[in-house]
Amino acid sequence: MASKTKLTPADVVAHLAKIEDQFETLQILNEEGEVVNESAMPNLSNEQLQELMRRMVYTRILDQRSISLNRQGRLGFYAPTAGQEASQLASQFALEQEDFILPGYRDVPQIIWHGLPLYQAFLWSRGHFEGMKVPEGVNVLHPQIIIGAQYVQTTGVALGMKKRGTKAVAVTYTGDGGSSQGDFYEGINFAGAYKAPAIFFIQNNKFAISTPVEKQTAAKTLAQKAVSAGIPGIQVDGMDPLAVYVATRDARERAINGEGPTLIETLTYRYGPHTMAGDDPTRYRTADLDNEWEKKDPLVRFRKFLEKKGLWNEEQESEVIEQAKDDIKEAIKKADAAPKQKVTDLMSIMYEEEMPQNLKEQYELYKAKESK
Amino acid sequence: MAQMTMIQAITDAMRTELRNDPNVLVFGEDVGVNGGVFRATEGLQNEFGEDRVFDTPLAESGIGGLAVGLSLQGFRPVPEIQFFGFVFEVMDSIAGQLARLRYRSGGRYTAPVTIRSPFGGGVHTPDMHADSLEGLMAQTPGVKVVIPSTPYDAKGLLISSIRDNDTVIFLEHMKLYRSFRQEVPEEEYTIPLGKADVKREGKDISIITYGAMVHESLKAAEELEKEGYSAEVIDLRTVSPLDIETIVASVEKTGRAIVVQEAQKQAGIAATVVAEINDRAILSLEAPVLRVAAPDTVFPFPQAETVWLPNYKDVIETAKKVLTY
Repeated sequence: MASKTKLTPADVVAHLAKIEDQFETLQILNEEGEVVNESAMPNLSNEQLQELMRRMVYTRILDQRSISLNRQGRLGFYAPTAGQEASQLASQFALEQEDFILPGYRDVPQIIWHGLPLYQAFLWSRGHFEGMKVPEGVNVLHPQIIIGAQYVQTTGVALGMKKRGTKAVAVTYTGDGGSSQGDFYEGINFAGAYKAPAIFFIQNNKFAISTPVEKQTAAKTLAQKAVSAGIPGIQVDGMDPLAVYVATRDARERAINGEGPTLIETLTYRYGPHTMAGDDPTRYRTADLDNEWEKKDPLVRFRKFLEKKGLWNEEQESEVIEQAKDDIKEAIKKADAAPKQKVTDLMSIMYEEEMPQNLKEQYELYKAKESK
Repeated sequence: MAQMTMIQAITDAMRTELRNDPNVLVFGEDVGVNGGVFRATEGLQNEFGEDRVFDTPLAESGIGGLAVGLSLQGFRPVPEIQFFGFVFEVMDSIAGQLARLRYRSGGRYTAPVTIRSPFGGGVHTPDMHADSLEGLMAQTPGVKVVIPSTPYDAKGLLISSIRDNDTVIFLEHMKLYRSFRQEVPEEEYTIPLGKADVKREGKDISIITYGAMVHESLKAAEELEKEGYSAEVIDLRTVSPLDIETIVASVEKTGRAIVVQEAQKQAGIAATVVAEINDRAILSLEAPVLRVAAPDTVFPFPQAETVWLPNYKDVIETAKKVLTY
């Protein structure tokens, strides 16, 4: 290190503040749908802006219907997404088909918009192996249940792309709680060391189940964790679709130009519970906090923005809503029609080569049972 | 043919596969320019370049994640975990991820990964280097676990492991790395996974074993012969899945068996072998199947290895118990 004089405690604090100053929140649209950062505005056509809104509305309906279907017992595991539409969909909107998404368990919307058929997403929720038999050409992995694992895997995918010379990126998502995991750090650090084309998202919705982000870390921002890997980090208003889009697009650009990975923290909120498995957010969240964040709803501000431009009206919105409801109905029907899983099915997807002897024996046993 | 140590045979297998398949990638801590802490990857980076043989940051979990991700891009990763005692850092990537990738994706994705890692006692390594943890892996559906005991087996089994389209854990006993040389063909050849090898034929008792204990068992068999007992020594070579056919055929012939492992009695895979014999050949048994295993303590401090590790004397003693039951 340079021959600096030893830091006094006061210097150390000042140094930390200086780091934190580098992670201001990027915002383009405020809560009223007004452009507050003209210079950062993405170059999106009217049709693209409408398509992004369409996807956000559609996904809000998907969330409402999923919660309801879960309550009726027609869906299984479900992690609500309402509130995170800008964070999830505007980021996916900045990707290309050849980009590979490694989602967390709450990130089903991104892989649907990347090409996973809706009925398969429902089958995954129910727990059926056909759910994540991703169609060829759709570059996504199943939603990752082990928090952090998707981060180290993303680096592998990105390094693979770099070795293949593909102009594409690997993209992954975790939550605020996930940024405490070892795999989180290892993932961004490996990607940095290999200059791999990866984009790492932290969707900071303030709570990991009941644990507020302040109990995860003393760091003022989660974006600044990028410093430990020596890679760029940026904090964006995760309720602002345009800010999320710009940050993602820029990170993608840097990545495919061989400049390495980026960590993006989106400040967002989940209006619903952690999952539908009995979590009750009123135990740990105040109504005031909920209200505060409902005012920041990404749909509200983007709707206002588009309406002012004459690009959105009620009629268009109801069309999307009806379309979403119809699609969901169809998809659930298709999921209902999936054949019941048999133990022999599960055995046959274990290995590519011939089954090992133990499994072969068990296969015969279950085949006999199933033919009764 | 060439006289090779096991470590040379292992290097030769990797060289063969790096040549054969451009998707094969070798990576880990110090496997590149350094050629590995045991020289297992010596010369490989030089021959194939940094793009194929490369070092990683010091983080086992990250290495496991790299293997998953590279698999998703169509590569055939051969990562190294420097010592298998460090597997705990990467248990999720192996047991939670690689082992399940094909199943979870309904067969859409596959993890053709071979994790190489040294283990095994008798060379006075520091803490957490020598532990026999193959039992943890053998309990994981979705991975195969291979443990060679000779240079010839090591080469053929490693080539097969690398070519297997699912994840294989390839465990290399440190004491066997350079303890002896053997004729090993220079050309490529494979040995099927899941197939045991009868290293010595016999008719009075079956000694079923793997790893360094193969050599202890062979030594014991020689001693037993002097006393008029004919022992058959079966080297499992793959501890998951087991070669039940070979085990049962031997036990049906001899009517008596012991299972010999270096791991603690509550660990390893001996209990599974005993259970399989009980299930399938109880009517052939003249005596119960006994086990030779280490005491159920933590792996010993280096100076206590000699009194703790099972050796040929323990094999002789247990074999006699069964022979005179």
